[in-house]
Amino acid sequence: MDIFVQQLVNGLVLGSIYALVALGYTMVYGILELINFAHGEVTMIGAMVALAVIVPLLGAGLPVALVLLLAILAAVAACMALGYTIERIAYRPLRRAPRLAPLITAIGVSIVLQNAAMLIWGRGYISFPPILPEGAHQILGAVVTDLQMVIVGLSVLIMIGLTFLVERTRLGRAMRATAQSREVAELMGVNVNTVISATFIIGSALAAIAGIMVSAYYGLAHYYMGFMLGLKAFSAAVLGGIGNLAGAMLGGLLLGVIEALGAGYIGDLTGGFLGSNYQDVFAFMVLIMVLVFRPSGLLGERVAQRA
Amino acid sequence: MALLSVENVAKRFGGLSALEAVSLSVNAGEVYGLIGPNGAGKTTLFNCMTGLYTVSDGAIRLDGVPIQNRKPHVIVGRGFARTFQNIRQFANMTALENVMVGRHVRTRTGVLGAVLRDRRSRAEEQVIRDRSRELMEFVGLKNRGRTLAGHLAYGDQRRLEIARALATDPKLLALDEPVAGMNPNERREMGELFLKLRASGITLLLIEHDVKLVMGVCDRVAVLDYGKKIAEGVPDEVRRDPAVIEAYLGGAPS
Amino acid sequence: MRNGPEWLRRHPGFAYGLLAALLAVLPFIVGAGLGKGWVRVLDFALLYTMLALGLNIVVGYAGLLDLGYIAFYALGAYLFAWLSSPQFGLHLPFWLVLPLGAMLAGSFGALLGAPTLRLRGDYLAIVTLGFGEIIRIFMNNLDQPVNITNGPQGINLIDPISIGGFSLGTPHTLLGVHVFPPTLYYYLFLAFTLFTIFVAMRLQDSRIGRAWAAIREDEIAAAAMGINTRNVKLLAFAMGATFGGLAGGLFAAFQGFISPESFNLMESVMILCMIVLGGMGNIPGVILGAVLLTVLPEALRYLGDWQRAALGHVVVDPNDLRMLVFGLAMVAMMLFRPAGFLPSRQRRREFRAEDGVAEQEQASLYDAQA
Repeated sequence: MDIFVQQLVNGLVLGSIYALVALGYTMVYGILELINFAHGEVTMIGAMVALAVIVPLLGAGLPVALVLLLAILAAVAACMALGYTIERIAYRPLRRAPRLAPLITAIGVSIVLQNAAMLIWGRGYISFPPILPEGAHQILGAVVTDLQMVIVGLSVLIMIGLTFLVERTRLGRAMRATAQSREVAELMGVNVNTVISATFIIGSALAAIAGIMVSAYYGLAHYYMGFMLGLKAFSAAVLGGIGNLAGAMLGGLLLGVIEALGAGYIGDLTGGFLGSNYQDVFAFMVLIMVLVFRPSGLLGERVAQRA
Repeated sequence: MALLSVENVAKRFGGLSALEAVSLSVNAGEVYGLIGPNGAGKTTLFNCMTGLYTVSDGAIRLDGVPIQNRKPHVIVGRGFARTFQNIRQFANMTALENVMVGRHVRTRTGVLGAVLRDRRSRAEEQVIRDRSRELMEFVGLKNRGRTLAGHLAYGDQRRLEIARALATDPKLLALDEPVAGMNPNERREMGELFLKLRASGITLLLIEHDVKLVMGVCDRVAVLDYGKKIAEGVPDEVRRDPAVIEAYLGGAPS
Repeated sequence: MRNGPEWLRRHPGFAYGLLAALLAVLPFIVGAGLGKGWVRVLDFALLYTMLALGLNIVVGYAGLLDLGYIAFYALGAYLFAWLSSPQFGLHLPFWLVLPLGAMLAGSFGALLGAPTLRLRGDYLAIVTLGFGEIIRIFMNNLDQPVNITNGPQGINLIDPISIGGFSLGTPHTLLGVHVFPPTLYYYLFLAFTLFTIFVAMRLQDSRIGRAWAAIREDEIAAAAMGINTRNVKLLAFAMGATFGGLAGGLFAAFQGFISPESFNLMESVMILCMIVLGGMGNIPGVILGAVLLTVLPEALRYLGDWQRAALGHVVVDPNDLRMLVFGLAMVAMMLFRPAGFLPSRQRRREFRAEDGVAEQEQASLYDAQA
């Protein structure tokens, strides 16, 4: 029982990070029907930039809270600029090109970002300085750290904010209209290019925060970290029903929980034949099962409105 | 016995009822028209009959054999082919290749035959090609075989779709608004093609807006309105039916 | 000589003869001119050509986006390793193992295809991607409790291909010429590549090829024209996977060593890139794409020399720089020619449901088939 609650907590933490990244995939897909393959790399850049700010500033003796704030601001700003640039250079010129063309440029951008990060920050792991509060609480038999609570809390706040933005603001309405039909939105006076840029910028900001969370949670960052994270997050978006905001949130949380529980119990389930190193298999198996039985994802486009 | 009989077919999309207890029967050798205002459910009924939609209720029989909820290729195999209202060509294949695809269901060459090109598969390929050329000529597209389907003129695309459907050797051919968007001259030519088709022994089921054309070529007509059949009979009868005039002809029979 | 190409066009027999002669002496020219290492690059270019042509059946012909293609390559390679290496003490001959690997991969292709064919393009992509990862993770971890794959270390000492006692794995002196293994494998791979091209060409221009094209162009119309879309798509998956498995077996024998590392997602992605860059659906385009993307990263190893020549010293380690340049080149090539270098006449638009109506019909089409 204790293990169950503990793994559930771990899963929720991981899941809220997946959800943040998944939102970026799903927003872009909802509007452009494009798999932004480079999105995982944006997450990695977020983590790297944050660390590049944290390490020297801490060394200079600035207070921790200020350093963190500056790091988040720098990472978010850098990722926003990056997201905007990627869209302008790699996707916008190909909007009328064959469907797979932007996928290839996305992969190209992804390779470029990975290798640029490797050149700048090296091949090794960069550790996240232990500056975050390390308190822990007993909740229902599980140990919950302050950091875990902050990650989940912040994610929930961001998701609420994003929902508000999409549902209640002018920009959000323009985004929803563009998702429904780019042509019609354009005719109705929506500046589609601005909307698309905004979508990339918002998604990238979320990715930056998710990147910082991941590196803080695991205590390290690496130039290759964006790849698997992006893959999982994209799976989460598909799991929930791609193009659907609530779906990305649900899919992210679910994938995190499934992975954590799977990793915790797979040994028992298979009589010790398979170990927790099959964690990733679990995630993909569930994804495949869901898609086979509910091809449009849990909250597929036909039931819920697209973002 | 009727070639095609539709018995109490209903189709619901979620809570929306698109067809309600529609029944009709098409006899072998006739040209049967299905008319009705926009949104009356004509295309929905077509999609139900040809296996693109499942029916919510009721039965559809071809030659007495139930075909409702069967896969489209099975229904084509039984001899029931169709065209689409919004033309659906294989746009990046040549016109002739489009028609050749229609022969798929009547031919057998598999991977091995395709790779080895043994005598049997070569012969079959030749038959496919010859028959497809013949059908192109039949619908009036002689010498257009090498053109990409997507580059054909609009009216020719409609003809090509008919040739492609004919390539499946149908007993019953269903045409969804085959003269939509055509000028009077093209319509007249298309009407002639329908009569030619009937003369060759194919039963035609026609969805049409052009009442004049329907009344001119159809032996019998059914009228759909709001998913229900409101009239069926020979054109002259239907034309005078008050319900039809009310629902469709807007009180001014043409 | 200004109308040389024109002359060749009018004498195709001579042109093919010239090409054959060039292909026959290519490893010697390359080996002498660029160094022996480049003969291995040639071998890999041929392997990737086979893989790309195989995936092209799935993606280019039938329009099914498959991001897990490398899994079939892995299956072929591992089966070869299991059946002819000290791993299980089996040393079966290649003419038995290669077809078995191809068949295993082909059946897995169909097996994977069966539950996924109802999925739309992008969903299919992610499911195949997941499948590829699953295979790789299993290969990585199946060293315990029973050692099947030897885990991340991979399987070593795989038997080289040996034809009637003539091993391709050791150097030979033929007609007074010293020939080393990569050159020997070059001719074997060339033969298999030509076979693959032959099969791909014949399939494309056949009843089956037309059915694939029809599904790619408009799945609903294809079904309404009497094509059993499920079977025909499964066939595409199986055929593509078969070539993947075949290439995998050749790869295992050539390398003598395989590990899960060789079969990661990036490899699947690269093969897809070869197809798209070269010109999807078009055989010469696919070959060009495969050769280009195999050779380019290798050529970029010279970035160090170039830096030294231009700046007097090496500023950035060429190994770090070359993939960066490679990524940039990919983006640039795509922006420059979105339909690929040699686009096929039949393929300008892609597999997407055209509008809401089509998607709804597609959805209902599937509930009819469920």
